[in-house]
Amino acid sequence: MIATIDTLHDMEASLKSAVIDLLYRLADDAIIIGHRGSEWTGFAPILEEDIAFSSMAQDDMGHAQTFYQMLFELGEPDPDTNVFARKLDQWTCAGMVSISSQRDWAMSLVRKYFYDVAASIRLDALAEGALVPLAQLARKLRSEKKYHLMHGTMWIPRLGTGTRESHQLMQSAVDTLYPHALGMFEPTSADLLLEQAGVCPREDELRKRWQAEVENVLCGATLKVDADMSPVFGGRAGKHPKDLMALLDDMQLVYNLDPHAKW
Amino acid sequence: MVIAIDPQLNKLSKEECERHLEVFEGRIARGDKVEPTDWMPEEYRHQLIRLIHVHANSEICGALPEGKWIPHAPSFKRKMALLAKVQDEVGHAQLLYRAAETLGASRQQMIEDLISGKSKFSNVFHYPAEIWTDVAIIAWLIDGAAIVNQTMMSDGSYGPYSRALKRICYEEAFHLKHGYEMVVTIAQGTKKQREMLQDSLDRWWPPIMMFHGPADKVSKHTTMLVQWGVKLKTNDEQRQQFLRQFVPKMLDLGLHIPDPNLRLDEKTGEWLYTEPDWDEFKRVINGGGPVSGDRVATRKLAHEEGRWVREALAAAATNQPVPMPTMTD
Ligand SMILES: [Fe+2]
Ligand SMILES: [Fe+2]
Repeated sequence: MIATIDTLHDMEASLKSAVIDLLYRLADDAIIIGHRGSEWTGFAPILEEDIAFSSMAQDDMGHAQTFYQMLFELGEPDPDTNVFARKLDQWTCAGMVSISSQRDWAMSLVRKYFYDVAASIRLDALAEGALVPLAQLARKLRSEKKYHLMHGTMWIPRLGTGTRESHQLMQSAVDTLYPHALGMFEPTSADLLLEQAGVCPREDELRKRWQAEVENVLCGATLKVDADMSPVFGGRAGKHPKDLMALLDDMQLVYNLDPHAKW
Repeated sequence: MVIAIDPQLNKLSKEECERHLEVFEGRIARGDKVEPTDWMPEEYRHQLIRLIHVHANSEICGALPEGKWIPHAPSFKRKMALLAKVQDEVGHAQLLYRAAETLGASRQQMIEDLISGKSKFSNVFHYPAEIWTDVAIIAWLIDGAAIVNQTMMSDGSYGPYSRALKRICYEEAFHLKHGYEMVVTIAQGTKKQREMLQDSLDRWWPPIMMFHGPADKVSKHTTMLVQWGVKLKTNDEQRQQFLRQFVPKMLDLGLHIPDPNLRLDEKTGEWLYTEPDWDEFKRVINGGGPVSGDRVATRKLAHEEGRWVREALAAAATNQPVPMPTMTD
């Protein structure tokens, strides 16, 4: 039985820094996928999906904000500074969320689903974890993720089986994204400590759960996964696809006019 | 004044027309709502479809100038509030297309008419949002002007439109608050921020003054809409209400309103202003505005690139139901 850690301030330095590392990964993934989702606002294939994507993007941004807030409580910069003033190599989001898919609905939908399954699995694990404040937060956030998962599990089969064209587009999105999706579970130096402290299982354990769930849905959608694909890593270590630089330039554009100004 | 309706258009004899019209106008006079299954003159149906269609188009095109700035919003708070606002506007389009469908129009056709340039949208969305402070001015003053119009229209005689507008106005109140709060924050900011805000106002003021439509002396659609309880105030009355509500607040914030003739007539309580350039208005709403072509092209691209999704959706509806995976809880 692993002892629970009741407050953020009960951690010794090495565990604290591992938790900080974990929170940055959670927060960075969430804000970037939220940003990507919001790029569809006003452009989605049908109005209902325009609204759904905007609404899910807000949830993701909201989740990011609460993770950054927890980081702030741990002595890191405040949420706005973290998002609007951080440089490219300081980000630790997975490459999958950074890739631009602005005009590709299949890519956006599959990517969002891959992310949502990963996020839900992490939240489920954290909710059972030993770090009480994070477990409480995870329980709250995972209830909001349910709708996102439902959205994906409804749409992936629809478009996977809809028409020949939609099937092809979805298959090619899966083929492109799958290695990057596996990259969401890039091992980090924090993993072992987090596992030993009972905060969170190791990344490869989470990946197994993710693959089982995703492959089940893809199969139901007649979409295939090449079992030999190897993961694309780098994001967790600050090595990003070039699309992230463009995204940050966009995101920090107004902020950079005057970092001290209030808008 | 009595409006004559065309028996041929209404597929009735002249006498029947008069009888039906009397009942119809009687109900409107009593303040009853007209519902989709009720008899209504074809002229009323056409005017309403035109009006709701233009309104829906305006919501969806109105999402574009602000939507463009979502990726650039400079804080969590602004990013999420702007996203929520633009999402609402798309939701308004959806509500309105649905209201128009109750009159027999199809969403597909309405969207196609928008992207072929056949149907119109509000003059203000033919102009570009060039800098961040534009979204503050838009959310405050354009949503503010829209609330004046939509609150009035929400008391109109057609039930589904009236109810859609009640809900829209409820959400618009949040947009106005969000816009005002942004304007106030920026107006209290640095010199550079205040200059940006003033620049935004300078560019948006002329289109905003045209927002409620041509002056009463030249407006051609008004009579029938007023008679049948669709439109309860004239364009000029709405413009006056907007000025009464917003000019004092703008002056309080230290903004300069770019109209040398703008002043309150103490005797009548009305604002006097330079008559907007109605030729420009006409040119703009007919597709001759600075970004008219871009707006339509953007909607067209979104529509065309989304075609495969809509086709797959239609096919999926007729396919065997897809086995749903078990969800982990
Ligand atoms: Fe609206
Ligand atoms: Fe609005």
